[in-house]
Amino acid sequence: MALAATRKLRSSIAMTACVAAAAIGLIALALILGALLWNGFTSLNLAVFTQNTPPPGAAGGLLNAIVGSLIMTSLGVAIGAPLGLLAGTYMAEYGRYSKLTTVVRFINDILLSAPSIVIGLFVYEITVMQMGHFSGLAGAIALALLVVPVVVRTTEDMLNLVPGGLREAAASLGLPRALIIRHIAYKAARAGLITGLLLAVARVSGETAPLLFTALNNQFFSTNLNAPMASLPAVIFQFALSPYKDWQNLAWAGALLITVTVLALSITARILGAQKTSK
Amino acid sequence: MTESPAQETASPVPESETQPLPQQPVNPGAPAREALAGAALPLKMSVRNLDFFYGDNQALKSVNVPLYDRHATAFIGPSGCGKSTLLRVLNRMYDLYPGQRATGDVLLDGENVLDPKLDLNSLRARVGMVFQKPTPFPMTIYENIAFGVRLYENLGKADMDDRVEKALRGAAIWDEVKDKLNASGLSLSGGQQQRLCIARTVAIQPEVILFDEPCSALDPISTAKVEELIDELRNHYTIAIVTHNMQQAVRVSQYTAFMYLGEMVEFGETGQIFQTPRESRTQDYITGRFG
Repeated sequence: MALAATRKLRSSIAMTACVAAAAIGLIALALILGALLWNGFTSLNLAVFTQNTPPPGAAGGLLNAIVGSLIMTSLGVAIGAPLGLLAGTYMAEYGRYSKLTTVVRFINDILLSAPSIVIGLFVYEITVMQMGHFSGLAGAIALALLVVPVVVRTTEDMLNLVPGGLREAAASLGLPRALIIRHIAYKAARAGLITGLLLAVARVSGETAPLLFTALNNQFFSTNLNAPMASLPAVIFQFALSPYKDWQNLAWAGALLITVTVLALSITARILGAQKTSK
Repeated sequence: MTESPAQETASPVPESETQPLPQQPVNPGAPAREALAGAALPLKMSVRNLDFFYGDNQALKSVNVPLYDRHATAFIGPSGCGKSTLLRVLNRMYDLYPGQRATGDVLLDGENVLDPKLDLNSLRARVGMVFQKPTPFPMTIYENIAFGVRLYENLGKADMDDRVEKALRGAAIWDEVKDKLNASGLSLSGGQQQRLCIARTVAIQPEVILFDEPCSALDPISTAKVEELIDELRNHYTIAIVTHNMQQAVRVSQYTAFMYLGEMVEFGETGQIFQTPRESRTQDYITGRFG
């Protein structure tokens, strides 16, 4: 009897602790999202999408930052995703049992958890220092380096989930390996692979530190990859720390845009992932 | 079923046919066709002194077994005896994995399958395989069939439609899927999926078909259909089937090999193996004393 009572007590203590921990996390999230939504939506207007970042005291928007972010993110993903996809494919399909794969996976995990500011500094050294100036291209390269480990990881994981029997069945028809991968494995893992890609985009679209070291920022509208380029995170960083009320409001609007984008990407990724498992 | 895809193509070994096989109706439970025995049946495949290793672990010990052309050979024995391993040597499926190796000879029409220089893809085109778990590809029913065919032949739309229909008819599933060829192969029931996989294998016109416990994931009705199908396929293909179900071995095979602990204990006509086994281990296994 005493034993049961002790267990019950312990259980309720543990349960309370769990609920409290969850509540702290959720309350913090709710406060952040609440503040963001409130301030973001009150600062959001058409000018945000049609005008460039203004000098203090003038009216303006975030057009140059939005375009800059789109360019650098797309270019970064365009460079990083194929590299990650190929590496992940090698690890899951060709080198599943090789030592190299273990080594690559280990290094990739380090890269995955490396602080993005370190990546930024690295790219600063190899591009900005060499070219003599900040540039959108350097920003895209930094983002690409952040995309690679995410895509490598999800590609390998998703391909490993494809049942071996499916590969054997394809091989039993006399399919060469490359065709098995392209037509069977990629097809079976498609939802997962797209999920990985979306998560990578979500991951880099909020990155600030690596962009400050590489693309810096640009007050004006520019699509020149060889020149400094504006981006939403960098503009938010600059404007949020400024003493000007209208700059701070634009920072809120920018933060809202990024959050909504990332949220949309994550939800899409979740839905795709759920579709995959339900089939 | 009136026609089979294999009838169109040149028979793989026409010249070696020593006696025409009588077309017998499906007759479950009938003893093996004893009338066929005795005379030298043409060999399709021949396994000689085969040793197989998973790393350091020897799974097959000096196995010898013939596969006669256009006959079905059943492999029985308790789990872990090496039946599936043997099957996976016949099309070199084990080659997909490191640390597995085979020594000895496995001849397909006199050519050594274990030759490292052999083109694995063309071997597997000749020696098809149907697995324990149905493995439809994540594509439409039509594509499941057409996909493999396209590897080997460049067919126009009409010819391809024709081939797909023949393959599906040959696997006795045409009537069930003809109105939904564009549905996903995954939408079919387990038994239908397995027949789709058989159709897919048949469509590329192999010479030998390996069945690795093809009915163990199926209900009795689907099992009966697949067994009937295997008996029918036997008229055109050389068949090897691994099974845990001894009644199934009796129903679909003309020859049976009993394996135990990696050794080929006894090989003979199915009727003889099940009625008058020579080895006591065979007797013990088929009477259910172990296994």
